[in-house]
Amino acid sequence: MIPAAFEYHRPDTVEDAVKLISDLGDEARVVAGGHSLIPMMKLRLTGLSHLVDLQGIGGLDNISISNGTVTIGAMTTQHELIVHSGLATTAPIIAEAALQIADPQVRYMGTIGGNVANGDPGNDMPGLMQCLDATYTLVGPNGERSVKARDFYEAAYFTAREEDEILTSISFESGGGGYAYEKQKRKIGDYATAAAGVLVKISDGKCSAASIALTNLADTPIYCEAGVAALLGSSPDADAVTAAVKASVDAADPSEDNRGPAEFKKHAAGVVIRRAIERAIERA
Amino acid sequence: MEKMHLKMKVNGEDVETLAEPRELLIHVLRERLNITGPHIGCETSHCGACTIDMDGKSVKSCTVFAAQASGADITTIEGLGNPDSLHVLQEMFKEHHGLQCGFCTPGMITRAYRLLKENPDPTEEEVRFGMAGNLCRCTGYQNIVKAILAAAAEMNAAKEAAQ
Ligand SMILES: Cc1cc2nc3c(=O)[nH]c(=O)nc-3n(C[C@H](O)[C@H](O)[C@H](O)COP(=O)(O)OP(=O)(O)OC[C@H]3O[C@@H](n4cnc5c(N)ncnc54)[C@H](O)[C@@H]3O)c2cc1C
Repeated sequence: MIPAAFEYHRPDTVEDAVKLISDLGDEARVVAGGHSLIPMMKLRLTGLSHLVDLQGIGGLDNISISNGTVTIGAMTTQHELIVHSGLATTAPIIAEAALQIADPQVRYMGTIGGNVANGDPGNDMPGLMQCLDATYTLVGPNGERSVKARDFYEAAYFTAREEDEILTSISFESGGGGYAYEKQKRKIGDYATAAAGVLVKISDGKCSAASIALTNLADTPIYCEAGVAALLGSSPDADAVTAAVKASVDAADPSEDNRGPAEFKKHAAGVVIRRAIERAIERA
Repeated sequence: MEKMHLKMKVNGEDVETLAEPRELLIHVLRERLNITGPHIGCETSHCGACTIDMDGKSVKSCTVFAAQASGADITTIEGLGNPDSLHVLQEMFKEHHGLQCGFCTPGMITRAYRLLKENPDPTEEEVRFGMAGNLCRCTGYQNIVKAILAAAAEMNAAKEAAQ
């Protein structure tokens, strides 16, 4: 399990890191926590000759919360997301999801930036970020730009990020309300067979805001517009929930793999989506 | 590929070595620094036999390049105790039969060390959840969990006695 040879770089600033990856072209890759990239390199599924380590860059692991806007630096680890007290009150769905990723050792190393930039449909944070309607900040040779999580994923391992861009932070508005991230997996440390993130707000007995997004049920995460429409304005009673589950399952497009046939995954999707919606309503 | 000059602190000592950037930390620890406590089990980031403590985190050293660990402060099982002076966790693993073949034990104890630092008085469930990144194929975990809970109780009693 020894990867092919490469040269190692540890720049101190985002500018230097961007310069390295744009000068070195597709021979170069950045590494954050390494817990998606290094396994691929060990299997020699990823060829690169320059590894640009982001750990030396200061200021990429801050979490700031002000007036409901949450900004999380790309190098923030899943462990840090779990233990952060401000996030626990402002956006508890983050820790709930992060706790369902891998195992403690992986969560100490794996970063939110690596998880959302990776483009693996199995990653949990992309679906969560679509649920939260988060925005990613990318820095490239021509400066900074923002991309919505809901527009970022094109296909498995293909995203809107250009090869010479670095994802520096993620931000979203925290609206409060009920939340749940439900994941079905075969064992601890496994990627989802099906997972769903749900946010629900209820005012005057009616669902006034909702969001539903799915993980590992297609080659990108899925934001379930029709499922959300079924909840909005409803009481939300059992019929509305059933309609939202059905519409969301219809949006899923899983393919058969070692976690089971597509039919089974759609069944599992129905179960986790229902649980997530019901729990979010309970908490709203 | 040219070798890199790596410096790190391992078990309280400053160490230096030359290694290729692609060498995994577990290989550098075992083969260049002769620290053979952390084991190579699955080598695919799952089993936790290679767990070390790095800058206050439990880390699977098969999933870190030694180059990334340059400048890090590392503790392995060798740094926790030795045959003449066992760490409480080692004592309790012995007393409660928390091991059979012993292959996973250095990783188990090194992980449990960090778990108890962060949560000195865990419930059984918290121990099970916190140890989920370490696999044992002999014991069925029951005695490992017992040993860790006993070590926590022991350490807390010692702390209280010292006050
Ligand atoms: C045993 C095991 C189980 C796992 N289970 C799960 C799971 O259930 N759910 C889950 O979501 N994940 C899981 N993971 C993956 C883990 O969460 C990864 O840590 C995470 O996906 C990637 O984060 P990283 O910081 O390690 O990224 P890296 O591995 O360093 O990078 C991943 C990719 O993103 C790119 N990248 C990283 N950071 C940036 C950046 N700032 N800007 C631009 N590109 C960047 C890299 O070039 C690389 O292509 C598991 C991993 C293991 C080893």
